[in-house]
Amino acid sequence: MTLLRRPGPWIGLLLVLLAATAPGWLGAYYLGVLSTAYYFGVFAMSWDLLFGFAGEVNFGPTFMIGTGAYAAGLMNNAGFGIPLCIAGGAAAAVVGGLILALPALRLRGPYFGLVTLVAVLLLLDCIVIFAGVTGGEIGMMVPSILSVSAVTNYWYAFGFLAISAVILFGLSRSSLGLILQATGQDRIGAAALGFNVTKHKLAAFCISALFSGVAGAMITFYEGIASVDTVVSLALTVQIVIAVVFGGRRTIVGAIIGGIFLILFNELLRPLGQLNSLVVSGIALVVIIFFPDGALGWMFHSRDES
Amino acid sequence: MMLATAPTLDVSGLTKRFGGLIAVKEIGFTIAPGEILGLIGPNGSGKSTVMKLIMGIERPDAGTVKLAGTDIAGWPTHRIARQGVGMVFQHSRPLPRQTVLENIKLALLPDSLFRLAAEPHVDHRAREIAERVGLGAVMHRRPPTLPFADLRRLEMAKALARNPKVVLVDEPFAGLTSGEVAVFSELIEGFRREGHAVLLVDHNVKSVAAMVDRVLAMYLGQRIAEGTAEEVMRDETVRRVYIGGKIEAHPRKELDNKGGEALLDVRGVDVFYGKARALQEVSLHVNTGEFVSVVGLNGAGKTTLFNAISGLVPFAGDIHWSGNSLNGRDPARIAREGIVQCPETRELFGDMSVRENLDLGGQHLPRAHREEQLNWLLDLFPILRERQHQQAVTLSGGEQQMLAIARALMMRPKLLILDEPTLGLAPVILEQLSNALGRLRETTPITVLLGEQNVTFALPHADRVYVLEHARVVWEGDPERFAAEMGAGYL
Repeated sequence: MTLLRRPGPWIGLLLVLLAATAPGWLGAYYLGVLSTAYYFGVFAMSWDLLFGFAGEVNFGPTFMIGTGAYAAGLMNNAGFGIPLCIAGGAAAAVVGGLILALPALRLRGPYFGLVTLVAVLLLLDCIVIFAGVTGGEIGMMVPSILSVSAVTNYWYAFGFLAISAVILFGLSRSSLGLILQATGQDRIGAAALGFNVTKHKLAAFCISALFSGVAGAMITFYEGIASVDTVVSLALTVQIVIAVVFGGRRTIVGAIIGGIFLILFNELLRPLGQLNSLVVSGIALVVIIFFPDGALGWMFHSRDES
Repeated sequence: MMLATAPTLDVSGLTKRFGGLIAVKEIGFTIAPGEILGLIGPNGSGKSTVMKLIMGIERPDAGTVKLAGTDIAGWPTHRIARQGVGMVFQHSRPLPRQTVLENIKLALLPDSLFRLAAEPHVDHRAREIAERVGLGAVMHRRPPTLPFADLRRLEMAKALARNPKVVLVDEPFAGLTSGEVAVFSELIEGFRREGHAVLLVDHNVKSVAAMVDRVLAMYLGQRIAEGTAEEVMRDETVRRVYIGGKIEAHPRKELDNKGGEALLDVRGVDVFYGKARALQEVSLHVNTGEFVSVVGLNGAGKTTLFNAISGLVPFAGDIHWSGNSLNGRDPARIAREGIVQCPETRELFGDMSVRENLDLGGQHLPRAHREEQLNWLLDLFPILRERQHQQAVTLSGGEQQMLAIARALMMRPKLLILDEPTLGLAPVILEQLSNALGRLRETTPITVLLGEQNVTFALPHADRVYVLEHARVVWEGDPERFAAEMGAGYL
């Protein structure tokens, strides 16, 4: 019953209620912003699973997101329907995730991070080189879109976020999540307890890639275009990292909060023009320096001390 | 036991090379069910490598490790663990956000990707284990809020949970108080009673003597003695490795300037590493021109003491240097003021030449002084003159140590701190090093603070000696009195 006395779950419930009723009281423009924010939240959660739990400093989430988005887009252009394209994008992203995981099994820390960065740059190069089919820096238009209605699109995004959150949060709290954390924290210690570290890390990469890929594919069909800026650029990677650290790494839920907050804040500060990203970056910097465990981590901490 | 029980663990011909260095050479031993074997050796002797080879953390180059008849040598760690080898790590890294109970449950989980919820008996079993190791009262707390001894209990609990046939325990009593030592001894006895084979890995015989059935002593990767704790403690080779040969002392009578102000004055210093106590109320002083030795076994706190003096670890208490307090001063400034430490890890720039390493040490000296200092040092260590243009990493262990000392001397220290210069060196090299220190002491007015495990090496040059044991200074006096008063009880 202590659960009911904590503020966290109540605030969470309130936020979910607000989100579930949003189409009733929000205009189409802000529903659109929120839809983007929800997809972004899935990017952040997927990244948190790898970084927060498996302990892999992956600077290439957009390698998996981009692979998913572009694979889905290519398939759509080849005439396949949306559900099949999303499945194909997911499969391509998982393959991408496995490719990314290979160096992770050999390299540690900063070296692995560098390899993931290079992977993203390679993907960017490929997209530009094969501009004929990928649209290059302009982006690749897709013939199909999820819906023309902002409300329907909102429900797609919200539903996807909710399902992803339940699955990823559940996984993080399951035995698998526990073992992943152990492998992330101390590889040798985990192996000495009889856990096949390689197997678990590969699983983490696959799961992260699956959700990243589906999110990448869905945002493509939401926007009607797969573009380097929305699914591959390094700027997006930085935003994902900031969102997770901001919300609290190793919490999954924190990643959603951080992701939505970041997108909304960017939007609210749009009147500031160029200053907008400066302010957001400044706030992120302050949070990272003074609350390295993020918003949720900070709440956990204050509870431990009380 | 007259009945020959088949050994649980049977290691033979175990060998491991790291590049040109043979870290472990043809080590073999057996442990029967319910038997406790002590594996001892000073730092760098290869004992930890043996443990890692058994656990599969390193792959052996040769040899077999048979667990109840199955050769597990070279298997990946997780398979070795599933086969029945458990390890109690010295430094635990529990999951910080999970409770103690959840940390124990982790050890009880199967290695499966698809078993998402633990089976019901796991919770019950985890509680049982928590009670058994004495964590019952704190099982719902998170590890960061626990004292050091409880974290070690948690490590013990995780090993117990796996119910291994063989338990490897790394430095079982490091950082524990004597009361806690008793509790942990009892836990390890529990392993014995249940028929597990136990390997205790430690620096010295003394700390494990009360528990072990047999001891295997290692030095420079090789077996040097085996037998009961008493036999090994009496063994000539072991005594030579730990204490050295005959103890000699040459105190300089002319240095009896006890009325003078101490150059370095350490008063009541305490150091904690997280929750482990590394130094307790340590006081010592060094007068100008003195050669003071701090002797103590590995893990006694020598390096911690030197790091506190050099400003590398935070401490409680007072450290005064030429009358000024060093508390809270940054390490670079302390070094510039004349306290130069030559760390046990040597910290040479391996890719640079001998000459470049020395030049770096003399960076702040005016050019003329630098040349002069360099020539003096190359005279003091003639071998370095020959090797001037060689890469530091290609030097032998002894040469590297001389280079490390020479580089420290390039800084023209007022106080030179030498931390265990004999680490991992063969006896013949020790003599060369000892001669160099002798020349240094006779020909220069330098002040030296030497930390050593090897008493024979530390005593001949010392004017005064401190003995550090379990984080405390337990003896202080002239080197001549050491043999009579401390010699026997040191090991």
